Amino acid sequence: MTIRRRDFLTLAGAATLTGGLPRLARSADNAGVYDLERFGNARILHITDVHAQLRPVFFREPSVNLGVGTMRGNPPHLVGKAFLDRFGIRPDSADAYAFTYIEFEKAAGRFGKLGGFAHLKTLVDRLRGDVGNGRSLLLDGGDLWQGTGLANTLQGADMVDAANLLGIAAMTGHWEFTYGEKVLRANLERFKGEFLAQNVFLTEEAAFNDARAFDPASGRVFKPSVIKEVGGYRIAVIGQAFPYVPIAHPKRFTPDWTFGIRDEELQKLVDAHRNSDKVDAVVLLSHNGMDVDLKLASRVTGIDVILGGHTHDAVPQPIAITNAGGVTLVTNAGSNGKFLGVLDLELAKGKVANVRYRLLPVFSELLKPDPAMQTLIDKIRAPHAAVLDEKIATADRLLYRRGNFSGSMDRLICDALRGELDAEIALSPGFRWGTTALAGQPLTMEDVLAQTAVTYPQTYVQNMTGGQIKDVLEDVCDNLFNTDPYYQQGGDMVRVGGLSYTCTPDETVGKRISDVKLDNGHALQAGKSYKVAGWASVNEQTGAPVWDVITSHLKSGKPPNRSAPGVTLKGVDDNPGIAGPG
Amino acid sequence: MSDIGFSATRRLILQGAGAVALVGLGNLPFGMAPALAAANDKYPEDAFKAKSEADAIKALYGKSPEPSDKVKMDAPEIAENGSVVPISVSTTLADVTSIAFLVSENPVALVATYRIPAGTAPSVANRIKMARTSNVTVVVEAGGKLYSATKEVKVTVGGCGG
Repeated sequence: MTIRRRDFLTLAGAATLTGGLPRLARSADNAGVYDLERFGNARILHITDVHAQLRPVFFREPSVNLGVGTMRGNPPHLVGKAFLDRFGIRPDSADAYAFTYIEFEKAAGRFGKLGGFAHLKTLVDRLRGDVGNGRSLLLDGGDLWQGTGLANTLQGADMVDAANLLGIAAMTGHWEFTYGEKVLRANLERFKGEFLAQNVFLTEEAAFNDARAFDPASGRVFKPSVIKEVGGYRIAVIGQAFPYVPIAHPKRFTPDWTFGIRDEELQKLVDAHRNSDKVDAVVLLSHNGMDVDLKLASRVTGIDVILGGHTHDAVPQPIAITNAGGVTLVTNAGSNGKFLGVLDLELAKGKVANVRYRLLPVFSELLKPDPAMQTLIDKIRAPHAAVLDEKIATADRLLYRRGNFSGSMDRLICDALRGELDAEIALSPGFRWGTTALAGQPLTMEDVLAQTAVTYPQTYVQNMTGGQIKDVLEDVCDNLFNTDPYYQQGGDMVRVGGLSYTCTPDETVGKRISDVKLDNGHALQAGKSYKVAGWASVNEQTGAPVWDVITSHLKSGKPPNRSAPGVTLKGVDDNPGIAGPG
Repeated sequence: MSDIGFSATRRLILQGAGAVALVGLGNLPFGMAPALAAANDKYPEDAFKAKSEADAIKALYGKSPEPSDKVKMDAPEIAENGSVVPISVSTTLADVTSIAFLVSENPVALVATYRIPAGTAPSVANRIKMARTSNVTVVVEAGGKLYSATKEVKVTVGGCGG
């Protein structure tokens, strides 16, 4: 075991420095970017956080993705030029467009949309064909079933069909749980792959009441792992669902289940696969988020590779983490269908001898859509097309969401909440999914839903004191900037409208937020009550769905609010995780 | 997203926490263990009135514990529900006579103290109410000495996942 891990350490170090580098210098005018040099004897393909985007999308990567503590300045907390430098990506290239925000609008016109399941299917089939039968495995890291109006209406059933046709062998989950147990189970009945989650257990009450579980003895609700034979070797794939589902979402969707990181249970599972099942490799298919995975990799031994998601970080090379047992490689494969992770393993008896990893941008214009997948998508979408294609407005500027503090799309949503619901202040969740719209493009109902399609879209209007509002800001900010990643939840900062504030990410909880002011310049008073509008509350609400509020606002023809986001940051001047507003 | 009513909820939790502190006190049979500090039959009234963790431990035992990796505490990093946080502890230490649970940020720090009769496996699981994010400390009394383990448990308004 010790020798095995040490072997891997030496080889893996070399692999990440040489073979791990994708062919970055090319531009996307050539499908040759997908001619991969043959390597190893088993290929694992990984997608994650697709958020139900069956069709190609624009998605602007963040210009603010700050790391604090030991995470400061380290992947994934690099943006813009710092990101290009760290990963050796040529500026002005197709990869620079796919992986960073730099000159997004200009590059979007040049390189086009990314992703789409018909295009992805073509690429997946090609990469599987390249290595031959029985030598590849396709995995999905969760957040597959949610994120579009279509998926919301069909409760994820559309994505099950698409996943089956794409050939996903195993997945784990996050937003999948927000459809509730009944829908989740109905979808899984139809899913041809495995749904894996080692970290979801029955609550004590549910166990007492004999609620359904994969393993009543341990209380595990789902199958924790599966052993797959690939290229003549046995690979254990363990699923790690998002650990904080009942905290980040309304608890009513998962009343019988308790989550958590559960790294002790994970260690036992890894040890059992190593010692009893004598597998040749262990892969963790994780929805922890990259910072959590990096910490987990330092504590849990015996995992060869963590294929990660949740935080939507598109990281071109694996990060090698040394732990007591050897080295674990940690990846994160971006979001919204933009990327396909390709992990080529050179397996030997009981060990991974060498690895190569590439995170391939799925340039839709370079890939011929797979006819069968295109037909399926068109067939699923057709009955809903009239609703989804309704033009609501025209984008008056680049509308994007991703960024630690704000994005122009959420500015628009906050404006809509304040205007339509007549509130002084608006709060909007810091989701990381949601596509990007280019200035001048029509905004359809589908575009609005791509920002809002959740199972708890109801808006609310409520009075809150200044003290309560500041507490919310502090609390969410700690979810983002706690220096211990196990205490983070992986979203971005709650978006605010009608407010400005100063944030010092390096501070501790209770001290990060200061100088909170209303738009009229008056300081927010702790004891005073304010009218606040918002949506996607973890508490049950009864207001109109947020998409109706947004469409009313857009159709009203009110002049757009182009004021700069009111967040002032302190202590981030030399942090390579920030390169501009957002 | 945010729990709008959460400050009011917190106030309720604050009031409720005192009551919860009684939960752990059973009338366990207690004839054979030596008369160690916590091992008398009297209700440790002073300890359950102490505001701070240090005062509660002092009132309970009259001395301070030392951190030990033999005290294994299982607690979530982030509580799924602050009013019922599952915390369990087990230990490989010998001659365990009592186990106490403390939440430093609760208005009354001591949550529960259990007496462990001789011959009983030293393993206790309970659910505790937490006012806010806090360190949770478990003190194990074994062989007349005190050992502890501490972990921060976050109580959050929730929402806003990626």
